[in-house]
Amino acid sequence: MTAALQIEGLNRFFGALHVTRDVNLTLQRGARRALIGPNGAGKTTLVNLMTGALKPSSGRVMLEGRDITSSSQAERARRGLARTFQINQLFRGLTVLENLCLTIGERDGECANLWRPAGSKPSVIEEALDHLESLRLVDDALKPVRELAYGRQRLVEIAIALAQKPRVLLLDEPAAGVPSSESHLILDVVDALDPDIAILIIEHDMDVVFRFARQITVLVQGAVFTEGTPADIKANADVRAVYLGQEGHQEAHAHG
Amino acid sequence: MSDATLHQKTLTARQRASDYLARRHHFHWAEALPWLLAIAAFFVFSNRMAFGSQVLIMIMFAVSLDLILGYAGIITLGHAAFFGIGAYTVALASLRLGWSEPISGIIAGGVVAGLAGLVVGWFMLRYRGLTLLMLTIAFAAMLQESGNLRSDITGGYDGLPGLTFDPLFGHFQYDLYGHTNYWYVLAALAVVFYVVRRIVYSPFGQALTGIRENVRRMNAIGSPVHWRLVTVYAISAAIAGIAGALFTQTNAYVTLTVFDFDTSAKVMVMLILGGTGRLYGAFVGATVYMVLEDYLSKMSPTFWQFGIGLLLVVAVLFARRGLLGVVESASAFRWRTGAARRRFVWKTEYWKALAVAAFDGGLIGFLIGFAGNLGRADRMSLFVSAFPARVVAFIALGAAAGIVINAVYLLVTSRSAVERPAS
Amino acid sequence: MPHALNDFISVLFDGLAYAMFLFITSVGLSVTMGLMGFVNLAHGAFAMAGGFIVVSLARTYGIDFIPALVIASVTVGLISVRFEQRLYRRFYKSTDLEQVLLTIGLAFMSIAAFTYFYGPIPKSVPLPHWLQGDVNLGFRTFPTYRAFLIVLGAVLIAILWFVFEKTNIGAKIRAAVDNRRMAESVGINVDRLFTLTFAVGSGLAALGGGLAIQLLGLTPSFALLYLVLFLIVVAVGGMGSLKGTLLAALVIGIVDTGGKYLFPVAGTFFIYVITVAVLLVKPAGFFGRE
Repeated sequence: MTAALQIEGLNRFFGALHVTRDVNLTLQRGARRALIGPNGAGKTTLVNLMTGALKPSSGRVMLEGRDITSSSQAERARRGLARTFQINQLFRGLTVLENLCLTIGERDGECANLWRPAGSKPSVIEEALDHLESLRLVDDALKPVRELAYGRQRLVEIAIALAQKPRVLLLDEPAAGVPSSESHLILDVVDALDPDIAILIIEHDMDVVFRFARQITVLVQGAVFTEGTPADIKANADVRAVYLGQEGHQEAHAHG
Repeated sequence: MSDATLHQKTLTARQRASDYLARRHHFHWAEALPWLLAIAAFFVFSNRMAFGSQVLIMIMFAVSLDLILGYAGIITLGHAAFFGIGAYTVALASLRLGWSEPISGIIAGGVVAGLAGLVVGWFMLRYRGLTLLMLTIAFAAMLQESGNLRSDITGGYDGLPGLTFDPLFGHFQYDLYGHTNYWYVLAALAVVFYVVRRIVYSPFGQALTGIRENVRRMNAIGSPVHWRLVTVYAISAAIAGIAGALFTQTNAYVTLTVFDFDTSAKVMVMLILGGTGRLYGAFVGATVYMVLEDYLSKMSPTFWQFGIGLLLVVAVLFARRGLLGVVESASAFRWRTGAARRRFVWKTEYWKALAVAAFDGGLIGFLIGFAGNLGRADRMSLFVSAFPARVVAFIALGAAAGIVINAVYLLVTSRSAVERPAS
Repeated sequence: MPHALNDFISVLFDGLAYAMFLFITSVGLSVTMGLMGFVNLAHGAFAMAGGFIVVSLARTYGIDFIPALVIASVTVGLISVRFEQRLYRRFYKSTDLEQVLLTIGLAFMSIAAFTYFYGPIPKSVPLPHWLQGDVNLGFRTFPTYRAFLIVLGAVLIAILWFVFEKTNIGAKIRAAVDNRRMAESVGINVDRLFTLTFAVGSGLAALGGGLAIQLLGLTPSFALLYLVLFLIVVAVGGMGSLKGTLLAALVIGIVDTGGKYLFPVAGTFFIYVITVAVLLVKPAGFFGRE
């Protein structure tokens, strides 16, 4: 079985700075993997290398067995690679519904059409509304995105990624800035996705990570530190030292 | 709330949302207004129809700019390039090839300009910001310079006068008052506008606004951004070319000044004045600009230029959505009554603001007094006579003006700050 | 000396003088654009204002050319601070379009105002005796004024290079151009730094405007006519880069002079060809950040 997404020997320099060091990572079909690591470990850089927002200095990226290292972001997206951004990247002046319809239009290649009115296909609108409903956004459908609270905008970010009907989904801190009353919505929606979709999540909240992930990759200073199941990672003393260091330290104090 | 009513509420929200999108592109009755006004103008100002045609041509030119600037967010200060290409296409076709049938002429102008837009856009639109701005300026300037190099063909800055074109449909002769031209240009504008309106409301048009709003997201959802931009650039260039072709035909004359930087800047000012990304902004902006220019530049070109500059600054500071935006805000404005309407409250920092305003006003006054004294003293002698007294008077005048302007500004903004709920 | 070689030296000399004018006038624009990404189309207006202040001081008050140049650049530099603080500062985070509109509006207003006060006819100033005529360099003579321009340009380049590369403030500016957020996080006050560079840049532009009177002729429309040239120098050289601006000024200055000499009808055609060629290959200019 070919992996959904596979990266091999990926390196990236910013000037003299070596921010991604020889990273190998495989997302099997249906994977639920978390990528964790201290601040500045290069997690977002890695996502940007996967999606093509950045070009690697060396190494390969494969999507479902195909080498996409030289493909543009847009080509990768059309081949089924979707992402959310750590900081919202939305069409702020457009309504929530338009954000979704536009995404669906680009996915289906409808946006090459210069003549047909955008609202004339009920199927597109219905599908957009379905996505909004799953994230309880229907009441805000006609509001411009910029009028929504940041946490609500975060949900739109997720809805757009879902509307792309991806084969591989990269979630960059999806719950950051979302009030806890709504963050469970995001995980519920992600849980309800087709089990075939491969998902990689970057998250700082360890409760979310351990609840969601079946595998965890720990990234430290741009290199893969270790990989394993949540149980392995929990038990790994080195990870505790490097990543959970501070908490471990505090715990030790509390006990002592 | 029971589950049933919750379900009901969601259903109606869904219904509302999908209804809105499905109807958004329908014609609104108010959209008939500009066309009715254009027709009415023919009967009211029938002796000014030559001018009327020029207004309509500039509207078309501004509409073409709106497509790329207002919708796709491409800043260009060289759109005159395509206007000029269209203008010279029909001029040279008539003069050198004897192709003087008008309607096929403007189509040819549009096609040639559109192809140029396609090629140039393919090269340029990979870049953004200052680089793109410079490339647009450079392209128009290069065309102008190469036209000047071959002035044996283009007529150079003296132009190609006395161009002749066949009667419309082989039947309608051009009259001295430009009546035929007016209807001809109006009809062309209507056709072009219909096409633009379809594009704006199409999925492609939505993708353009997406590019304007957030390119990164467009890339992430798989949009071929470069091709979308090249496509709209070519369409916009074609429309600018048609406008240019009409310009040549209605004037029976063209010179290389159509490629001027001023032409590009002017159409941008018109569009900004009316409001970008709203289709009819071009109508309002071009009409207001042309009429004001017609009156004011006859009185004093200097004052007119100063006024245009001031308008731009004021528009950017206070009315970023143009005249149409102001009208929309005004129609949405309601006077608050009762408790919602609060009194102006004096704050101590206002003193500081007023002092700063007085200082800046004084500085400007000083500059005017100083420049007036050193430059053309005769003009300033209207106000005061001796030099130190003159400068002091101007400082005082400027400071007073600064205080008054700032006080009005404070009153207005503190009001609206109260009206807006704190977020 | 062979005729062709003599002409070649003349073109090179004139081109060099022109390049120095371009560098002096554009360098401020380049640094401010690099620092804030602010598109300042009113930069040419500051240059033009400087030129007219020199004209007034020299003709109305009989102040010598050189002191008049100094007074003009200091005055314009100080006034520009007020503009920066009151107007420009609000627009650093605005879109390019809003910056373009604001500053082109200011340029229009200044052109109109100066036309009102000074009229549209080119102005001249009396030059001091030692700047008139020709200077003999042994093998041939050159116009003194242009030689003066070249020397002045070289001195200014040396000073700017020293400030940029060797002083604390220069290091701060380079850091802020390179990465603004990083610079702020290590405690550099970028706003204040910008006010300072803006003032110096505008002052230098005013100096360029004063020098342009004898070189190009000064009318109010100078503000927009030459602005395009300054922008080209900035774009081709790369925003915020001192050596980029210098290289671009040299290329543009010499190519334009040579082009006009060899093909008088072609006008400024060659400048635009160079601009397009450079930007298509290196979109961020010679030394700009990609």
